[in-house]
Amino acid sequence: MDSPLLPHGVKRCSTWAFFFWTLPWLALLAWGGLSAFLCLWKGLNQTNMSNVFAFALWIVFDLAVIALGAGAFFTGFLTYIIGKKELKNIISTAVIIGFICYSGAMAMLGIDIGQPIRGWFIFWHANIHSMLVEVSFCITCYLMVLAIEFIPIILENRKLEEIKELRIFGHNLHEIMAVFAATGTFLSFFHQGSLGGMFGVMYARPFAAREGFYIWPWTFFLFVLSAIACGPCFTILCTKLTEFFTRKKLVPDSAIQLLAKISAWLISLYMVLKIADYLGWMYGVVPRAGLTFESFFREGPYGVYLVVCEMIFCGILPAIILMVPKARQNQGWLIIACLLNCIGIVLNRFLFIIVTLAIPVMPFDRFWGYLPTWQEWGIGLAVVGYGFLLFSAAYRYLPIFPKERELNPITE
Amino acid sequence: MTPFSFEWQWNIEYIIFFGLLYIALGIIGVGITFTVIKTGLQALGFMRERHF
Repeated sequence: MDSPLLPHGVKRCSTWAFFFWTLPWLALLAWGGLSAFLCLWKGLNQTNMSNVFAFALWIVFDLAVIALGAGAFFTGFLTYIIGKKELKNIISTAVIIGFICYSGAMAMLGIDIGQPIRGWFIFWHANIHSMLVEVSFCITCYLMVLAIEFIPIILENRKLEEIKELRIFGHNLHEIMAVFAATGTFLSFFHQGSLGGMFGVMYARPFAAREGFYIWPWTFFLFVLSAIACGPCFTILCTKLTEFFTRKKLVPDSAIQLLAKISAWLISLYMVLKIADYLGWMYGVVPRAGLTFESFFREGPYGVYLVVCEMIFCGILPAIILMVPKARQNQGWLIIACLLNCIGIVLNRFLFIIVTLAIPVMPFDRFWGYLPTWQEWGIGLAVVGYGFLLFSAAYRYLPIFPKERELNPITE
Repeated sequence: MTPFSFEWQWNIEYIIFFGLLYIALGIIGVGITFTVIKTGLQALGFMRERHF
């Protein structure tokens, strides 16, 4: 039915098979739509957010997807600025994943702020000393950059390419992509960093507070580093998932291995600095606040096991796997390492957001616990559904894997 | 006050913050405008189209 829209020389499933594939993701979107409607109509009382948990599931999702989407800017930086030609085979995938992550995060923030019609206040009444204002400005601008990077990929569609003006526009955009990639790198560096810096400057909450350099706490740099370490791993994971579902090889091993190797060095450096950060915090910030490391996990649902998981199982372990060439060349180990790396980043963001707020700051206060409502899960999972839908449509209608034809010749 | 900040003040912090923002927005705007103009010229035949 939609065969005139499919790319040349590649095989795709039937329209019906594609329709059935989209149903679960449409169901997630419908659940999210209902949740969003309830939140906008009845207010944020539909959530378990409170004066204690002003940041909750949605912010965990936001920070996690923004870190996972960092593969877009970092792969763009490596491809267009550093000149790693192998990565041209995976850059479109990275851009689409980045676009999904950032647009999903923005949509979720639209509900999170309670009154989306006042969303523009943050731009008009900008508090320039606020890390969140910097994040808002950079994320908005970066989403524009991602949209611009996405346009040439859309214009490569078989039918759209027949329109001369659009084809020329797409080619011309592609020619100056290095400029947009550089702008995206600048914007991403600052918003990834400021998301971390925001927690580091919470001096009244010693669990999150950190020392730092000039106005930037160490968390500023650690968030940037963790994002560029896990972003490529998430891109690899999405590619491998697409290869699994389509039963095809879509990206040459050279591109995957290069990304995995770069990620290995970055996550290793991140782990060294993160361990130093934990030690500096445990023997510096924490005792100065009259506390000990154990006192943060004295009560409540969040134990020290979260830190152990973050650092050892989802930090040091994937770093070792990715650093060993034979291990990362093995498909199974590569996927496990990438998955652990991504889980580690989500855990890190969870610790900074939820656990920080759950720990009391007053002697008479108590440890808190937080469980999201179905409306909060609905909106969070809608982003997952949206991601699957957009990526599936992009794979079906656009030539996002340049080597697909070569790696999977059609034999009639 | 500038068109883009109601509480604008003439001090270095505002100039750096908004300066960087305007630079980023400027690059995006100029990049898109340049591409649109170049596309128009090429489509109308005033400029040679580059083939990949």
